[in-house]
Amino acid sequence: MIHSLFLINSSGDIFLEKHWKSVVSRSVCDYFFEAQERATEPENVPPVIPTPHHYLISVLRHRIYFVAVIQSEVPPLFVIEFLHRVVDTFQDYFGVCTEAAIKDNVVVVYELLEEMLDNGFPLATESNILKELIKPPTILRTMVNTITGSTNVGEQLPTGQLSVVPWRRTGVKYTNNEAYFDVVEEIDAIIDKSGSTITAEIQGVIDACVKLTGMPDLTLSFMNPRLLDDVSFHPCVRFKRWEAERILSFIPPDGNFRLLSYHVSSQNLVAIPVYVKHNISFREGSSQGRFDLTLGPKQTMGKSVEAVLVSSQLPRGVLTANLNPSQGTYTFDPVTKMLTWDVGKINPQKLPSLKGTMSLQAGASKPDENPTINIQLKIQQMAISGLKVNRLDMYGEKYKPFKGIKYMTKAGKFQVRT
Amino acid sequence: MQEWANQLCENRQFGSKMTDSKYFTTTKKGEIFELKAELNSDKKEKKKEAVKKVIASMTVGKDVSALFPDVVNCMQTDNLELKKLVYLYLMNYAKSQPDMAIMAVNTFVKDCEDLNPLIRALAVRTMGCIRVDKITEYLCEPLRKCLKDEDPYVRKTAAVCVAKLHDINAQLVEDQGFLDTLKDLISDSNPMVVANAVAALSEIAESHPNSNLLDLNPQTINKLLTALNECTEWGQIFILDCLANYSPRDDRESQSICERVTPRLSHANSAVVLSAVKVLMKFMEMLPKDLDYYGTLLKKLAPPLVTLLSAEPELQYVALRNINLIVQRRPEILKHEMKVFFVKYNDPIYVKLEKLDIMIRLASQANIAQVLAELKEYATEVDVDFVRKAVRAIGRCAIKVEQSAERCVSTLLDLIQTKVNYVVQEAIVVIKDIFRKYPNKYESVIATLCEHLESLDEPEARAAMIWIVGEYAERIDNADELLESFLEGFHDESTQVQLQLLTAIVKLFLKKPTETQELVQQVLSLATQDSDNPDLRDRGYIYWRLLSTDPVAAKEVVLAEKPLISEETDLIEPTLLEELICHIGTLASVYHKPPSAFVEGSRGVQHKRLTSSAGSGESVESPDTGSAAVSEAPPTVIPSQGDLLGDLLNLDLTPPTSTGPPPTTAPGMQLGAMDLLGGGLDSLIGDESEPPPIPLRTDTPQSPQPPHQSPSPPHYSPTELGGDIGGSPAMGTGFGAPPAAMPASFNAPISGGLDDLFDLGGGGGLTMGTYIPPKSVWLPAMKAKGLEISGTFVRRSGVIQMEMTLNNKAMSVMSDFAIQFNRNSFGLAPAGPLQILTPISPNQSIEAALPLSTVGPVMKMEPLNNLQVAVKNNIDVFYFSCQYPISMLFLEDGKMERQVFLATWKDIPNENESQFQIKDCHLNSDAASNKLQGSNIFTIAKRTVEGQDMLYQSMKLTNGIWVLAELRVQAGNPNYTISLKCRAPEVSQCVFQNYETVLKN
Repeated sequence: MIHSLFLINSSGDIFLEKHWKSVVSRSVCDYFFEAQERATEPENVPPVIPTPHHYLISVLRHRIYFVAVIQSEVPPLFVIEFLHRVVDTFQDYFGVCTEAAIKDNVVVVYELLEEMLDNGFPLATESNILKELIKPPTILRTMVNTITGSTNVGEQLPTGQLSVVPWRRTGVKYTNNEAYFDVVEEIDAIIDKSGSTITAEIQGVIDACVKLTGMPDLTLSFMNPRLLDDVSFHPCVRFKRWEAERILSFIPPDGNFRLLSYHVSSQNLVAIPVYVKHNISFREGSSQGRFDLTLGPKQTMGKSVEAVLVSSQLPRGVLTANLNPSQGTYTFDPVTKMLTWDVGKINPQKLPSLKGTMSLQAGASKPDENPTINIQLKIQQMAISGLKVNRLDMYGEKYKPFKGIKYMTKAGKFQVRT
Repeated sequence: MQEWANQLCENRQFGSKMTDSKYFTTTKKGEIFELKAELNSDKKEKKKEAVKKVIASMTVGKDVSALFPDVVNCMQTDNLELKKLVYLYLMNYAKSQPDMAIMAVNTFVKDCEDLNPLIRALAVRTMGCIRVDKITEYLCEPLRKCLKDEDPYVRKTAAVCVAKLHDINAQLVEDQGFLDTLKDLISDSNPMVVANAVAALSEIAESHPNSNLLDLNPQTINKLLTALNECTEWGQIFILDCLANYSPRDDRESQSICERVTPRLSHANSAVVLSAVKVLMKFMEMLPKDLDYYGTLLKKLAPPLVTLLSAEPELQYVALRNINLIVQRRPEILKHEMKVFFVKYNDPIYVKLEKLDIMIRLASQANIAQVLAELKEYATEVDVDFVRKAVRAIGRCAIKVEQSAERCVSTLLDLIQTKVNYVVQEAIVVIKDIFRKYPNKYESVIATLCEHLESLDEPEARAAMIWIVGEYAERIDNADELLESFLEGFHDESTQVQLQLLTAIVKLFLKKPTETQELVQQVLSLATQDSDNPDLRDRGYIYWRLLSTDPVAAKEVVLAEKPLISEETDLIEPTLLEELICHIGTLASVYHKPPSAFVEGSRGVQHKRLTSSAGSGESVESPDTGSAAVSEAPPTVIPSQGDLLGDLLNLDLTPPTSTGPPPTTAPGMQLGAMDLLGGGLDSLIGDESEPPPIPLRTDTPQSPQPPHQSPSPPHYSPTELGGDIGGSPAMGTGFGAPPAAMPASFNAPISGGLDDLFDLGGGGGLTMGTYIPPKSVWLPAMKAKGLEISGTFVRRSGVIQMEMTLNNKAMSVMSDFAIQFNRNSFGLAPAGPLQILTPISPNQSIEAALPLSTVGPVMKMEPLNNLQVAVKNNIDVFYFSCQYPISMLFLEDGKMERQVFLATWKDIPNENESQFQIKDCHLNSDAASNKLQGSNIFTIAKRTVEGQDMLYQSMKLTNGIWVLAELRVQAGNPNYTISLKCRAPEVSQCVFQNYETVLKN
């Protein structure tokens, strides 16, 4: 099982270590540093690294490497999923997951890690249970604790761990009973030079924020559940009911959680919200290149496309870019060669464009590679797959909750080749 | 104003107190002392703050173990947080302060009886983490109680504690019967307890491969499946991994398990999904293919696998490595999902490379157009490694999907037109493969390829291009010019290119003999006379002889039709694949290596095989395949650089390595050189009424009988192709039989046996001392990247040693030395690894003595005493050859009895006699005799006839060959005459040279 954990910051310092079995010397991280040196980019460090006696499994989050040390055969996904859970927990507790935040709360971090893993076996990883065991630090509580000498550690047994619904704590009480659901879809797509779609798929999630008193039993149904190709549920969802009726039936955890994630890959269902007209070219023998980019809405079902951000890694030979945006602002980093154009909202009447020239190093030959354009965008009040929630009902409790559903579409890895 | 500032400062302090970062700032002196005082404070709050500071120091690796007693004193408290903090500290430092840790035992035992189950659990959990033997004794009773606790939270914690205890003291756990209690917990009513019991048992089972701890039967399986639905995600992983070890009795049971596992495919935790995939992939094998459910299941597997690919990159990587296995086993599952493997430009490189691999595996006629378009796109990306792999992938597509070959070739030609250097080189390498797969189809492109000849600077590309020119020499008008242009810098080329060039020119010669005679002679002489590389020389000689003896045969051999290359070269071997499918989701599946390679010090891991529906109704897997199965692990064929030695010559002359038992006693089956050298001795020994004197030596390797006379199995196993490499075990694995495989008579330690021998019989003969030739330079630094080796051979006390001086003339440190000999006339081989323990720094030289044995593989060399050596270091492998004085091989017991000598002398036919003159030697006969005895050349008799001394001498070689000599010394005449008689007259020349050097030094 998981033996030890090392946290390493971007400058290569080990700033926290935790051992669940015997102590593993931090020199084991040298193998990690070697791999890090070989990788050109921080993201390219391989996630599984063998060493003579151990295996190092790492994830990179918020510019911190979380490096787990294992000694025997342990499923790597198990370790990676656990590390993700650690990151999520830190973020949940401290608002951000940064080196500073972790150092500021090192004792809580240590207590958390101790609760999350026992002898390498995961113990309590649900945020609900953890929060019962160890209270998240708030400025108010820290002050109170400092003055009164009380502690962060909860005194009662984490009852939730043993109940049939381990994800929900008992005795929840709210004055305002509310349940909010966000349907968020991300489009991953590759568009080729000519504008035709090579691949497109939708990764969707339904994130919930449920603050309901007692033990509510909810059902959520969709207008068009057959859209979904593959679904992954929160453990609270009753799978049989979904299989039989395509209805989500569940006792929700308290607070924020991800109810469902889904995947739509049937291509005819994936609408492409924007198109890009581009002309990025260099002429042989000239040190000037042309850059010409125009964006326009495509299939948006009448909704407006907002928060558009275009970025592109220009060829290494490019020295400067002298461009003129019709709207928004652009920056070009001459070191990383990254061009970013903050477009904002697309106005269908007056399409945003970015035009101008790029200059190459004098005497440099025409670059071989074609830059890829990466697009981020948001469309409010629409799930691009067309998924719609039909109704949400609550059983088991008497009060009338306030219910809300929000839709949003974003671009995930949306890439246009040139 | 001052007051205001002070207040601000105080506020600041207060502000900084909000966080724990203040614990990091205490670096001043006397820190430990201060903490000690605070820990012993009466104020609860101060105590807790102090413990927190201690913990913070501990987490950043500061040593605060000196505070042990003070911290332990804080343990008896009602404050849960303080208790936990102290526990944290204890776990960390108990090991270094075992006596102090005992102090804590009482509190633990008391806490295990606490009313609050949380405290009971916490106590038993912490006790298990204190890895001190003394404490574990006290742990047993509380643990036993906790395993039967009424509260499931305590029970599940206790279950894990058994695994902890087992890790510290396995015997104790068995003696106390905890394993049985743990097994009972599998039937616990609480799913979390079940899951933890399974997890603990699985971990314990890893170190007990045969213990049958997880004895799975339909009842326990049912319990597990019930718990599966209700336990946490982590518990589900443990249970699924455990289920995967079960072998269902029949297809119906298989199906019912699959049905109950399928819902796990919709879990949000990817590890649960992959473990479920493993169970399904394994149990699917048992389902009849015509079953409707089988098809349904296949369809259900694809979506979750696709979803895994939209996760974080590191999850993707593990998923992709596993999908690679799944695709090889059951390509039908993902055959329609090609597009999800298309590469995004900002994927991490490790994801890109894996995706590319799977794209090729999924490539078929239906999707090849799409795939090619993508690959062409990738070939213009920035990352060089990725681009190369993409170009290679195009070649693999061409070989895999025949219909696409033409399109692939034209895509490759397009890429060559880009003139990007590495793309061009990579393209030429793959085009060579395409030519081999589809001969006589795409040769029209050769002209285009030839245009890029100059730009090729990588060995592999150069070799590929040379191969193409040689193979199609008849269609390329200026093939001779092209090849000649490569020949100019022949010695600067890498071995790969040299070998290819040699072969290509020979091919060219056979195709166009008239105009290329000069060229072929040039290359043959370059390869044989001017090269130090044994492989190259071997191949050169073979061609030379072939061409000179039988050009028709040469044509048949060299221009023979080549076997077509297989469609997919890197498929995993089927038995390994089956095993890996049973281990989906594990490290083994990520590395595509057998699971036994992943458990430290494991004596055995159950080898799992897929049980197919053909054998349904029977549980095929038997539990006792355990440890025995390890040795049956499929032989891994690791092509290492050492394979260079398995060169053309060796392969041609030796029987295939895989043929079962080595050949039996028939002398004809021995290697050719053995026959030449030792064959004639049969009659010699056989004719004698009295065997030669061999006191106490019947079981030494140097037994005087020729090896094939011995009743024991043959000594020279022909499977030992390249001889054992000394030193690096990693390289050694690639070669022939390990020493352990030698027949028993060879197991006596060589040096030991010979020492005895020397003590008993050698006596005064060595007063003169052996002649040791001075060291000469064998490997000049220029040819070996700065490594210079000079050396000589010594025979001391019956042990042959190669004494070397290794001189590092390079700028960097050299290390990891290993040495290997090519097969040679007398089977010289390193008796042990080359002992160079410390790296050699620049300008340093090191002396090394390598003991040699004579039981290595045999091949006749030219000259006979030539030895080809390969030395490896961290930089490269280097080859050189040297000649050893044959007297190294003269045995200490080489003194024949007079009678025997006479009979033998007569018996050896006169044509085996050779006469030599030794000029300018000014020793008298006695001095000469003494001197020669130092080199184990023994004078048996001396006769004086007409003022001429005749010395009759004998010597015996390590392989049992006797050499008889008559040395005539005339007083006053500096010229000696020597007659040598031997059954193997080949050695005479060497022996004569040896006489000369010994007598003259």
